[in-house]
Amino acid sequence: MEIVSCETCNSNEFMDTVWKSISKLYGEHGASTVNLHLISFNDEEKSAILRVGHTSLELLKTALASITKVGDKPAAVHVLRVSGTIKALHSKL
Amino acid sequence: MKRVYADLHLCANVNDLSHVKRLANRALTLGYGFVAISFPARYAEQLVTPVKEICKEVGVEPVSRVDLKPHTPDELLRDLRKLRRKFEIVAVVCQAKTVARQAAKDRRVDLLNFPQPDYRRVFFDWATAELASNSLASLEIDVKPLLMLEGTPRIRLLSILQREVQIARDSHVPIVVSSGVSEELLMRKPSELASLASLINMYETFAMDAVSKNPVTIIKRNREKLSWRFVAPGIRVVRRGKDC
Repeated sequence: MEIVSCETCNSNEFMDTVWKSISKLYGEHGASTVNLHLISFNDEEKSAILRVGHTSLELLKTALASITKVGDKPAAVHVLRVSGTIKALHSKL
Repeated sequence: MKRVYADLHLCANVNDLSHVKRLANRALTLGYGFVAISFPARYAEQLVTPVKEICKEVGVEPVSRVDLKPHTPDELLRDLRKLRRKFEIVAVVCQAKTVARQAAKDRRVDLLNFPQPDYRRVFFDWATAELASNSLASLEIDVKPLLMLEGTPRIRLLSILQREVQIARDSHVPIVVSSGVSEELLMRKPSELASLASLINMYETFAMDAVSKNPVTIIKRNREKLSWRFVAPGIRVVRRGKDC
């Protein structure tokens, strides 16, 4: 996914924001079912690859769409692509 | 057939063409084919053409929209008489039950917008839905409050919207999901709007229709009605001249 923001952010800030967003919308129980992992984070391109259980994909998409700030900085997160394997994802991107 | 997406509520500052251009660029990047820019009811006619030209330059199809905020049904009727043929989309911001009922039964109204997140003043009730189902009005849901609110206010809003969606669904009133934003960073892709709509029990095709098929149907219907070819529903001028 792509992070649209006027300022840079780091991977810790980004993941904190994602977890908070999931918890706010779906609670701690919902967040525990997501099985979310950060695969890679690119500071310069402001992009990241996340791994999530396929049953929680829609839940994660909703949580990402509801993000309006990363840290204290206004931002938006857009999903560029969804793929079953990381290799296929890199080749498509 | 590939879906064409429309955002029917983009609140650009029509006096600042650079702002309009930035929002239009963002809409194009996010995959929208149509964007409806809100003009004030007491608008300057010369604002509409430059805004439309800027959107076309950018590559996104502009749609003119007016938001009516009447306090009484009579005021609504007056505004509709004055403005219906000047804008492609007419939305009524319903702040009173009487206005909501009048707007729901009037065939000149395209969108019903209920901005109050106060559960004590919910207006899209069964009676309004029944009136809307017999006319051409659709229920519009703006996503901006879902993004801006947190905690208890958002919980209340979600509860109200879930109830309104259920009523609209059962009454066969089309639902349109729009962004309602004025900033680029708050704009979302059509699929993301559909994902946010899942919070109010709109899933899959139903949610995607709310950001594509339903708004585009309204735009096409109104453009046909406002064109010179239109005579009456089902009747249009094909050719004019002596030798027809």
